Amino acid sequence: MLLALCATGIVVGALLAEVLIPRIDDLLERRRARRARGESGLVGYDPGRERRAEQRALQLLRSCVNDEEWSMYRDLGFLRVWGRGDGYAYLIYPHKPIVAFVPQTRELLNEYCVEFPDLSRPYGSARLPDSDDVLAKWMALTGDEHGLIRRANMHQPGRQVDPRQVRRDLWRLSQWERDSRRTWAGDLRGEPDARGRPGR
Amino acid sequence: MRPGHGEVVVAEGDVEVPHEERELIEAFRRQLDEGLWAAVPKTTNNGRREASMVKSFDEIPRHAERVIFFPRAAGGAR
Repeated sequence: MLLALCATGIVVGALLAEVLIPRIDDLLERRRARRARGESGLVGYDPGRERRAEQRALQLLRSCVNDEEWSMYRDLGFLRVWGRGDGYAYLIYPHKPIVAFVPQTRELLNEYCVEFPDLSRPYGSARLPDSDDVLAKWMALTGDEHGLIRRANMHQPGRQVDPRQVRRDLWRLSQWERDSRRTWAGDLRGEPDARGRPGR
Repeated sequence: MRPGHGEVVVAEGDVEVPHEERELIEAFRRQLDEGLWAAVPKTTNNGRREASMVKSFDEIPRHAERVIFFPRAAGGAR
């Protein structure tokens, strides 16, 4: 009788262990993973943070540049900044090199590769939101053009930015300026603009 | 500007109030000590918008509404 009870107990224990051990392992594994995530600071990752940062960056950019530059960036996705010297200008793209060109001939001069790295976290650090990157380039170019150009790595056109795209952008810019001038003239006369919006 | 975050207000105050000005000066120095650049957006006499890079608190115009700090530029992809 005792032997039968012991045998039954052993069988029940073995069956329970078969069922419970994987569950206990699973629980411990999840606990370890939670702890590891907590230590690496990934808990609380907010997927909307970058979008909100970009929204703030857009507002900051808008508050710094003039209306024409803001409209240019909003409509075309880049900014044109005139050089201090005669006869050249720059195109500023987010997170791409600055492209120098001759406005009259649309000749591309150089690419200036420049970044604004987070020196406090040099490895794997996040980068500036797109519009902050544009604003940083705009401030550095308008505030200290030669200083920025000295720091940049200069390359021939086409190293990182496709020259066909830049020429297309310069054409888009000329069309955009023509439409803007027409809109501005229409505003003065109270006529509808190129997109059919009533003049002011 | 902070990578990954965008605009963050570092300090606010009135330069005409002595203790607030001191706090602004300290905040300004801290940012520069951390290796950031400082710029003041402004409108030129001919109506163009541009920025002035400033390296000391004295260089900031008294009427400036804000100073923007951003990471120093470095040469990009070689």
